[in-house]
Amino acid sequence: MAASDPHAPAVDLAVAMVTAPSTASDWLIVLPVVVPLVTGAILVMVRHATHLHRPLTALGLALLFGIDLMLLGRVVAEGPLTMMMGAWKPPFGIAFTVDLLGATFATTAAFVALVATATAGPAINTAERRYGFYPFLMLLMTGVTGAFLTGDIFNLYVWFEVLLISSFGLLVLGSEKAQIDGTVKYGLLNLVATTFFLIGVGLLYGTLGTLNMADIAAKARAAGPEAPLVTIAGLFIFAFAMKAAAFPLNFWLPASYHTPTATVSALFAGLLTKVGVYALLKVTVLLLGNQTGAYTDLLVVMAAATMIVGALGAIAGSDLRRILGWLVISGIGSMLIGVAVGSPGALTGSIFYAVQSMLVMTALYLAAGVVEARAGTGDVRRLGGFYAAAPLFSGVVLVLLFAVAGLPPFSGFWPKAILVESSLAVDRPGLAAAVLVSGFLQTLAVGRIWLYVFWRGGPEGTPDGAIDLSGVRVIENPADRVALVGPVIVLTAAVVLIGLVPTAIGGLAEGAASGLLDPAGFTARVLGAPAP
Amino acid sequence: MNTIIFRTVSPVLVALTLLFSAFVTLRGHNEPGGGFIGGLIAASAFALYGLSHGVPTVRRALRFHPMEIAGFGLLLAGGAGLLSIVFARPFLTGLWTFPSVLGVEVALSTPLFFDLGVYFVVTGTMTSIALALEAREGGV
Amino acid sequence: MEPALAVLVGLFFATAFYLILSKKLIRILLGVAIMGNAVNLLIFTAGRLTREVPPIIALDAYTPPAGAANALPQALILTAIVISFSFFAFLLVLAFRAYQDLGTDDTDAMRVAEPVADAGPPQGY
Repeated sequence: MAASDPHAPAVDLAVAMVTAPSTASDWLIVLPVVVPLVTGAILVMVRHATHLHRPLTALGLALLFGIDLMLLGRVVAEGPLTMMMGAWKPPFGIAFTVDLLGATFATTAAFVALVATATAGPAINTAERRYGFYPFLMLLMTGVTGAFLTGDIFNLYVWFEVLLISSFGLLVLGSEKAQIDGTVKYGLLNLVATTFFLIGVGLLYGTLGTLNMADIAAKARAAGPEAPLVTIAGLFIFAFAMKAAAFPLNFWLPASYHTPTATVSALFAGLLTKVGVYALLKVTVLLLGNQTGAYTDLLVVMAAATMIVGALGAIAGSDLRRILGWLVISGIGSMLIGVAVGSPGALTGSIFYAVQSMLVMTALYLAAGVVEARAGTGDVRRLGGFYAAAPLFSGVVLVLLFAVAGLPPFSGFWPKAILVESSLAVDRPGLAAAVLVSGFLQTLAVGRIWLYVFWRGGPEGTPDGAIDLSGVRVIENPADRVALVGPVIVLTAAVVLIGLVPTAIGGLAEGAASGLLDPAGFTARVLGAPAP
Repeated sequence: MNTIIFRTVSPVLVALTLLFSAFVTLRGHNEPGGGFIGGLIAASAFALYGLSHGVPTVRRALRFHPMEIAGFGLLLAGGAGLLSIVFARPFLTGLWTFPSVLGVEVALSTPLFFDLGVYFVVTGTMTSIALALEAREGGV
Repeated sequence: MEPALAVLVGLFFATAFYLILSKKLIRILLGVAIMGNAVNLLIFTAGRLTREVPPIIALDAYTPPAGAANALPQALILTAIVISFSFFAFLLVLAFRAYQDLGTDDTDAMRVAEPVADAGPPQGY
């Protein structure tokens, strides 16, 4: 500003503000949050013009995916990136900090949402559309993306709440009794979890006097493992383990995930628990990695128990989507291994597993939606004959089931192999055994799904050799058929691709893992100078 | 809630409250006030109008559904933050301009529009919740 | 002042957890509301307490006056209040709907999503 300007401040603002102009590529960091937010706002404004919702959402999600891809490309090339809201100099002000982990998760989430939303045309009825399915979806994506990209721990809490309140809206969309029941449990338990997260944030601020993630990482390392910080790390582990649905904090998930429309369940299964896993990785490994030594044994037991209990729950289930809910939980156990062990190999395996699990679980829930749309029920006793009715679709689902169980050559196999190897490398044979045993139990569970729903000739009571397709409706409208089955095939293709060429995602996961284990490098990138 | 006194007084009170909400919002940059509290005051005005004249009257008077107002506010706030992309400043950076309107200097800034966005978001969501609860109570 | 407030925060949390352990939905909700307030008070205390100096930086100064109140916890609390307020409003409406549709406010009796009469997995083909 000119010196004669009466509004020019009497002090040099460069002391506290970033004065360098922001480039277009800097905006890549914040646009993934702004795009869904603005799209969501427009959708809320035109809530009565429901015919506009679908094209606008598709546009917003495609834009989001494109921007995420560009951002991922830049992070791969340059390392962690930061943009300060309002131009305040770090560690003051709210930072958006993207590392490889956040960019990978955000890109996968945008891809999953883009593909899964294609099913919403036939799957979401007019009443649910008028109630606001698409605006809630875009606000959910705002929350998810914000959580992956933020560099400020209080801001992370805000994004958690944004995605939580949109997920409430999506859960009660149909106002059915089961949905209200599920939302009560989901809502209360998740609210308790985020409140514990907020307690942790408050105490962390009281102890370290900062909320910037890079600054926290530096100051926690400088402080060493001491009483309040270790307790705060425990609070974070409790809160995020509950968000991620780790045993024994998992009971809200099988109570709620099967109640909404299949599209909504698919998005939840693909995105929400992974936000919890992401937060666990980020906070307990990158930020407070030197404070969590006391919890290692607890986390190891938790990971093993989550894997086994999830697989057992899947075997004991009789409702298709509830079985899938337990398989989600079982997968969370594998992702916890990285948090528990903390070695580069285990973290690589966990991140790899989380990325492929987003694709596989979303695809499986969408496939369950197709089965329910055709048979009118999710009870495996009353299902059957799908192989006779739709052999191609059944084959696609078989690939997904193999991927969940971790059978080669599909995507679930590689991260599990890495996890077994790295568990043995840090002398935790019990953990390696838990991976293998849970893999065996998962194979049993998915084998049962395949046998009951697809392979046998008809519902329970159909004689051997006979084929009874009376319960399997044909989806009349070809456009609906493409919209419902197409996304499953696209996601399955991605799963097969990852299985055949594991090095691409594996390389990203390895880079993200080494980023998590290098807090000094992260701090230097964000704050611009080595920590004092 | 249908006494003649309440029905006569409430339109005047509602008008005054809305005026007050605008005042509180605009003084908020340098003094106590702001979009959030202003929005709450505006929402309480609409809730009051709903109590005295019924929820359908309020919905007609508002013309837009409260959630649409909230959506507009979100868009306004987001747009205020995005404006700094044109000036190559980071997201949400405050930008100021002091045009002279009829000889009076007016301070225009992106924080002002952000605050107005917050005002509309809060007005919209709180009115929406209040009207939903009132409609349920009155059985309208 | 901080130790006294810390004890108060503890009392708030104790009350909140006691209420959340109840079976009745409305008591759980009251517990959640109190827990929200407990956290706000906790953040306020964590920011350290000072008296009567507003955190306003003079035009020609780089730092606020000595002993100024910490403005950041207040911003955090305002955000947290807004969030917990909207959640409470949503959960209240939800609990009311649950009471109307499910006919109970006893969480033990809410078994629509997970039926008690579930016969378990199929045993044969």
